Amino acid sequence: MGTPETARTNTASAKLVLEHVSKWFKTSSLNVHALDDVTLRIPEGEFVCLVGPSGCGKSTLLNIIAGLDRTDQGLIQDDGQPIAGPGPHRLVMFQEAALFPWLTVLGNVLFGLKLSNGLNAAERREKAEYFLELVGLKRFMHSNVHELSGGMKQRVALARALAPNPSLLLMDEPFGALDALTREQLYGDIQRIWSQHRKTIVFVTHNVREAVCLGDRVILFSPHPGRIREEFAIPLPRPRDINSVDLARYATEITRVLKGYVQSEVPG
Amino acid sequence: MIARWLAASLFFMALIAAWHFAVQARIWSPLLLPSPLSVFDYLRAAAQDGTLWEAMLVTLQRLLIGYGLGILTGIPIGLLTASSRWSQDTIGVLALGLQTLPSVCWVPLALLWFGQTEAAMLFVVVMGTVWSLIIATDSGVRTIPPIYTRAARSMGSTGLHMWTHVIVPASLPFLLSGMKQGWAFAWRSLMAAEIFVTILTGFGLGHLLHYGRELNAMDQVIGVMFVIVFIGLAVDKTLFAPCERFLHRRWGTEHR
Repeated sequence: MGTPETARTNTASAKLVLEHVSKWFKTSSLNVHALDDVTLRIPEGEFVCLVGPSGCGKSTLLNIIAGLDRTDQGLIQDDGQPIAGPGPHRLVMFQEAALFPWLTVLGNVLFGLKLSNGLNAAERREKAEYFLELVGLKRFMHSNVHELSGGMKQRVALARALAPNPSLLLMDEPFGALDALTREQLYGDIQRIWSQHRKTIVFVTHNVREAVCLGDRVILFSPHPGRIREEFAIPLPRPRDINSVDLARYATEITRVLKGYVQSEVPG
Repeated sequence: MIARWLAASLFFMALIAAWHFAVQARIWSPLLLPSPLSVFDYLRAAAQDGTLWEAMLVTLQRLLIGYGLGILTGIPIGLLTASSRWSQDTIGVLALGLQTLPSVCWVPLALLWFGQTEAAMLFVVVMGTVWSLIIATDSGVRTIPPIYTRAARSMGSTGLHMWTHVIVPASLPFLLSGMKQGWAFAWRSLMAAEIFVTILTGFGLGHLLHYGRELNAMDQVIGVMFVIVFIGLAVDKTLFAPCERFLHRRWGTEHR
């Protein structure tokens, strides 16, 4: 373990392909090079974690994959199609509570469903209830959003993102604002749901342990400009426990490598 | 709940009692300060002969039409100014400026343009309402957390759907307080218009008030003022308060 792996070579079946993706953010006073020549292939059904310190462009990359942002250079394809904008095939789960306070829990889950496909009202309702059941919140479906705890809100957000059956689930530090105990529960939930539904997941985090706990592959980013440094395959059996010793060993190694890049970038 | 009702009724009874004793003490001439009883007598007489109901009907009709027009134009224009910098720099600035103009200032213009007609009344009410509604809508839309629109966009919401399903509902608390403020402004504007403009098509509460002064009938003046206050309170309690309660429950912004 610990040896950097070269990118997987199953190009033919890659679900998501990024080639030489670069992105700059220009303001009147600043020109930030957010992403530099990022090349990444993600096969169908893989759980990939993007890890790095803040400012490494991992969230920017997620937004580009979501179609919420454009690349300045490079190619990006989902199922062989260039990504031109957002859509219900690639859904995002955000860090902050992005649930709509004017809708009930059920209304929030139905929001994406109504936009996605030609289901009728009864089918949409059935789907929404199924996914709320999956995240263990069916009995709260008529609750208002503010009545839920932080962990419950993120569960609803997960149900909302899963319900339209996206082929790609994008998660932008979704558990960042939660307490440790709640987070551990959600690691369990997300692994269970992933093993049942086998979505392709791109998961952004700055928490190395979290990445090792969830990902098939952990991709390490370094900042200024944001670029991929190394990637690590995590062949640990599932379900994984965040507190296990094996997992800690991977996390320690990745953290050590990460520190090397951060320190070499910013002397002093 | 009962305790609150009790406290409120005691308070108002005490106010009326204080008024009554002030009249009894004969500090001011009864011509200037009529007794509560004579005000009540006036109201009863005016209710019995129908003048009060008729005036209320005329006024409320003008108010509803004017306020409705104000909402129908103000909210869409507010949404427009919030949606582009260009419209904010033009219409937005215009609205901000005209909002500072007391609505009674529109009366001379309304008279010159429309004469002594219903249109003059409505014009003053709309001008008194629409600018504050534009500004409230605009600032409501601008304070929506961007995460809502981003989340909606990621789910495929665009254009009209985004406006009707995300932006307008997300700014509902602001829209409601804007509409409440607009209602208060509409009331003020209409009373100003009715007091200053005599027209033959309808005799409203403002006219009743005005003629009370002309006839030195202070009981009528104060009685009509009571009616105006009462209508304002009633609308607030029956129309706006339930909406506010609903929004507070949904958003979790309840405060006791």
